[in-house]
Amino acid sequence: MSVSGKMIDLHAAASLVRDGATMSFGGFTTQRHPMAFIYELVRLGKRDLYLFGHSPGGDWDILIGAGCVKRAELAYEADEAFDTVGPRWRQSVERGEIEWEDYSNFSMVARFMAGAMGIPFMPIRSLLGSDLLRRQTLAAEQRAADPRTSAKKLHVMDSPFKANDRIVLVPAIHTEFAVLHVQKATVNGTIRIEGQSFADVQQALCADTVIVTAEEIMEEEILRREPERNPLPYFVVRHICHVPFGAHPYAVFNYYDYDPLQLKIYHDSARDDTAFQRYLEKFVYEVKNQTECLFAVGGAARLNGLKADPCYGYSPNLKRRGLG
Amino acid sequence: MTNPGYTLIELMAVAAAREIQDGEIVFAGTGLPLLGVMLAQRTHAPHCCIVLEAGTIASQLDHLPMSVGDPRAMRGAARAAGLHEVFPYILQAGRVDVGFLSGAQVDRFGNLNSTSIGPDPRHPKVRFSGSGGACDIACLAQRTVIIARHEKRRFPEKVDYITSPGWLEGGESRLRAGLIRGGPSVVVTTKGVMRFRPETKAMYLTSYHPGLTAQAVADDTGFPLDTEGATETPVPMPEELCILREVVDPERIFLR
Repeated sequence: MSVSGKMIDLHAAASLVRDGATMSFGGFTTQRHPMAFIYELVRLGKRDLYLFGHSPGGDWDILIGAGCVKRAELAYEADEAFDTVGPRWRQSVERGEIEWEDYSNFSMVARFMAGAMGIPFMPIRSLLGSDLLRRQTLAAEQRAADPRTSAKKLHVMDSPFKANDRIVLVPAIHTEFAVLHVQKATVNGTIRIEGQSFADVQQALCADTVIVTAEEIMEEEILRREPERNPLPYFVVRHICHVPFGAHPYAVFNYYDYDPLQLKIYHDSARDDTAFQRYLEKFVYEVKNQTECLFAVGGAARLNGLKADPCYGYSPNLKRRGLG
Repeated sequence: MTNPGYTLIELMAVAAAREIQDGEIVFAGTGLPLLGVMLAQRTHAPHCCIVLEAGTIASQLDHLPMSVGDPRAMRGAARAAGLHEVFPYILQAGRVDVGFLSGAQVDRFGNLNSTSIGPDPRHPKVRFSGSGGACDIACLAQRTVIIARHEKRRFPEKVDYITSPGWLEGGESRLRAGLIRGGPSVVVTTKGVMRFRPETKAMYLTSYHPGLTAQAVADDTGFPLDTEGATETPVPMPEELCILREVVDPERIFLR
């Protein structure tokens, strides 16, 4: 594969996604979501997306609120202690505006693992006795009518190797796109994730097209000095975008912390339809790109306050409560 | 009532901490569980190991994480991996001694609901975040500690949705469902501490918090609560309060 041709700008990358596409995004609740890419999807007015995830946060919440999502398969949607339920997720479920299926984190990750390995399902010992196992939100007809959703939620069986050893099979996930935000990447597609990897690698490996947004673009030779720290082979990554602060308002270990003030503004806004629209206008629609979005947030003065202390990988003196 | 010198959340954090034994591998979540385990690590259980589901193992936390995926979880960790490692190799393989759970509803067998309120989950009255790793912890940890707000409507006869299986219908029903280990050992609430009878697996009151009575706790429970032998919850020691306030949560992220 040629070295050149993988670097692409965010607008071009997000434009690759057509309405109705199946997607997953990297990160976990409050860290390393590809937010700049998400905002670009919202700006482009994408519709009917099918999302797969374990514990997304505001990345999904803003897409759901902006009307971009048709169906979601997930375990959790919230920013944890910043707000224990994603406000637009809650609204859209309670108003019947979204189709979804509930799983657990382990079962979703097992599904990504199966997809990544090219096998049809993964056996797990979780879910037994729960309503995640017994009940489903998507009707059998909805599943049968749409190949983007597995024909069955799951299947319970005894181990073929031992009597009375019950296991649950969860179906593999295969998506058209996986979009990750990572610390470092090369123009060739070699990437470096620092800190927790969440399920980014498994999500990438079960997608047709992997788009990576990165804080820094590195020399290939530098990342190849420690290949054991590079979690994906370069040929898996199709497109790379250089996007500093690309996960704001969420954290990127060793680069910057989450932005508690912006998260508070988001959550205060997202509980109300009109205020949420104003939020979208101010931070997404009325700015042309990520740079303008960061200016709207407060520019360098605000972002410098989030920069990670190199001893910690986060900002130890960050004010996290009692804001505004 | 006179000021007891501690708050309810401090009392609960101390009660949660006392459930952790030294050397145990603890699967904890954000909020009260992390207050408890950080306190335990700084008092009677210095060698307990904190596992957070987003991928960190054996963190030595300096600052209270606001999420299990918080970059603060990286502090002093022995290993940073991901969900793909922690769930199958640590939790499913049986290496977690104690996991923490919470929910909006708890029933008498310790089944928890953190999905939605209402009879039909497809059209819920109130929707919550969803399981996250809770169902997995409930199924696969060696034992679990439940943290809950104690109100009659939150302690119904049956939860609307079993997100996290406890002892299911009691007796041997958990084993019959195919769960090979685990189950809730204790419920720490805003009103008391409850455990489960060994045979029936029904919840009973172990202790009621200072200022309450066993009957008052039973009256705020939506199913008949056995209160025989219940005593008052031990109050936090000054050293525990000092560590909670000065070391674990000086920013007052969760303490009030």
